[in-house]
Amino acid sequence: MALERDKHVAQRALLTLDEAQLLDVYRKMVTIRRFEEKAAEMYTKGKITGFCHLYAGEEAVAVGAIQALYDKDYVVSTYREHGHCIAKGAEPRAVMAELFGKETGISHGRGGSMHLFDPVLRFMGGYAIVGGGLPIAAGLGLSVMYKEEQEIVACFFGDGALPQGAFHESLNMAALWNLPVVFICENNFYGMGTLVQNAISQEHLYKFAEPYKIPGVRVDGMDVLEVYGAVTEAAARAREGDGPSLIEAVTYRFRGHSMSDPVEYRSKREERIWLERDPIKNLRKKLLTERGQDETTLKQIEAEVEDVIEDAVRFADESPEPRLEDVSKHVYVD
Amino acid sequence: MAEISYREALNQALREEMDRDERVFIMGEEVGYFGGAFKVTDGLLAVYGEKRVRDTPISELVIVGAGVGAAMGGLRPIVELMTVNFSLLAIDQIVNHAAKMRYMFGGKTKVPLVIRTPQGAGHQLGAQHSQSLEAYFLHCPGLRVAIPATPADAKGLLKSALRQEDPVMFLEHESLYSVKGEVPDGEHLVPFGKANVMREGKDVTIVSYSKCVYDSMHAAEALENDGVDAEVIDLRMLNPLDIGTVVESVKKTGKAIVVYEGWKTGGAGAEIAAQIYEAAFDHLDAPVERVATLDQPIPYNKHLEKAALPSAADIVKVAERMM
Repeated sequence: MALERDKHVAQRALLTLDEAQLLDVYRKMVTIRRFEEKAAEMYTKGKITGFCHLYAGEEAVAVGAIQALYDKDYVVSTYREHGHCIAKGAEPRAVMAELFGKETGISHGRGGSMHLFDPVLRFMGGYAIVGGGLPIAAGLGLSVMYKEEQEIVACFFGDGALPQGAFHESLNMAALWNLPVVFICENNFYGMGTLVQNAISQEHLYKFAEPYKIPGVRVDGMDVLEVYGAVTEAAARAREGDGPSLIEAVTYRFRGHSMSDPVEYRSKREERIWLERDPIKNLRKKLLTERGQDETTLKQIEAEVEDVIEDAVRFADESPEPRLEDVSKHVYVD
Repeated sequence: MAEISYREALNQALREEMDRDERVFIMGEEVGYFGGAFKVTDGLLAVYGEKRVRDTPISELVIVGAGVGAAMGGLRPIVELMTVNFSLLAIDQIVNHAAKMRYMFGGKTKVPLVIRTPQGAGHQLGAQHSQSLEAYFLHCPGLRVAIPATPADAKGLLKSALRQEDPVMFLEHESLYSVKGEVPDGEHLVPFGKANVMREGKDVTIVSYSKCVYDSMHAAEALENDGVDAEVIDLRMLNPLDIGTVVESVKKTGKAIVVYEGWKTGGAGAEIAAQIYEAAFDHLDAPVERVATLDQPIPYNKHLEKAALPSAADIVKVAERMM
């Protein structure tokens, strides 16, 4: 039922977005993909260290959802947040420099891959505790409501966060207080290597909305327009004072949980099926067949993105390390 | 200046700060209609309404997390946790989030959140309702830890907490709510990180905070009768820790006893003692002593509970042994 309904949402979205917006969506998705591929390469070269969780395959969720927001709206994310951060407007330079641990990084090299942050973009953080961002998103929603402002909060988290108390406490509070938060669950089927069915009693994750008496919907997270459509509806509800929603975006990460994961828990066949559903190829095809875009335009975007990513790596590489004497800067304000 | 209770002093601070700053609001279990489990927020709902005095579900993790988010969103939340024991349900938001966010985001945000919570034993509430957990928070960089003993400090430190920018664990003591003392009317700010010399003396330095300050003062009076002149220092805060005032005192007395209600092992007293050794080893005539709670769960039985907790008599005994 939900899927059928969302096909209409996607069709409407395709009509709603004008040509420039659609191309921007495409550019952002390609940017994230190329960024992640380059990050993997730089990780293998030892330029990026620590944990690095790549978003390749899931681009439609971040880009579709954030396309449905205003600039002033807040985004709260997880440790797999390069995509959300770029979709919210971050320069690939600043994100790559952060992954390189440089002073020019978006968190000045103090955070790394999992802790991107930019208050100007209202990108309110990558949090590396599963479920940790949800209570914070509720609090941001509370601050908006308290100040009688119009922003909303989009909170991304994985399927792995659903069994956490933080998820249930946050949904209950958001529902109880009618907070303007759109909870977006990226269901990529695996919490690290554990299948959703082995971790969560209810495999239809959007149904967790029901006990909290808020709208819940499942969308095809490989279709950027479906995500856009669903988040547009949920964001409008939140903005109009009708409270939170839960959106389950069914998606797939093309790579392992992190760079150190050889992905031995899923079959090559399964991976092939999902690679065929690549959200970028999906949108590319739609742009060519349904929106009359030509190869030249798309190829030009792809080439421009290539340059942006090369520039980001060069910038990150050439940027200075943080100064050792600043090791303890920013622990306290006062 | 009026003589009011620690509870009334806190209530006064809340009212004054809510009057001063629209962004200040309070949320927690039973803070509104019930008036607070310990009546600290009594009467606030009637004055400030449900928007600024928010009853929450029993969900400590999201109560604190929502406080963190609201603080990032530009407000000045005060989160009341009914007792410190329940802060452990929210420890992820306190330690992994509130304390780290400014640093890990490169100084790009701040979390001006005040978490008020009472702790301590003495009311036969058993093992799960009688803990003193200040050492947990003292251990974590990024958190300020205020732990007032007197009504005046309760007011002055709370008001200061609401005017600075870092997350604060504001630890009250269940046994102090009805204790009365002189409290300045209106604007009264106690600066962060300044210990208070409660009693001057030349023979031994007794360093303490929270309820144990009173035990230390009683001990000092008893010691005076025995001809021992004790200096008593109320730290008032554990982060920032005013070790300077302690060291100055130890240089004078040559002896130090740290008195605290947390467990002896790994307690705040261990840190304070270590800092005394680091800064004043050459001035010490005896090892630094710790008078603290026995390393065990707090018993229900009245006599056993008393035996597990530090007392003025314990302090006197240790001080006399050191002379």
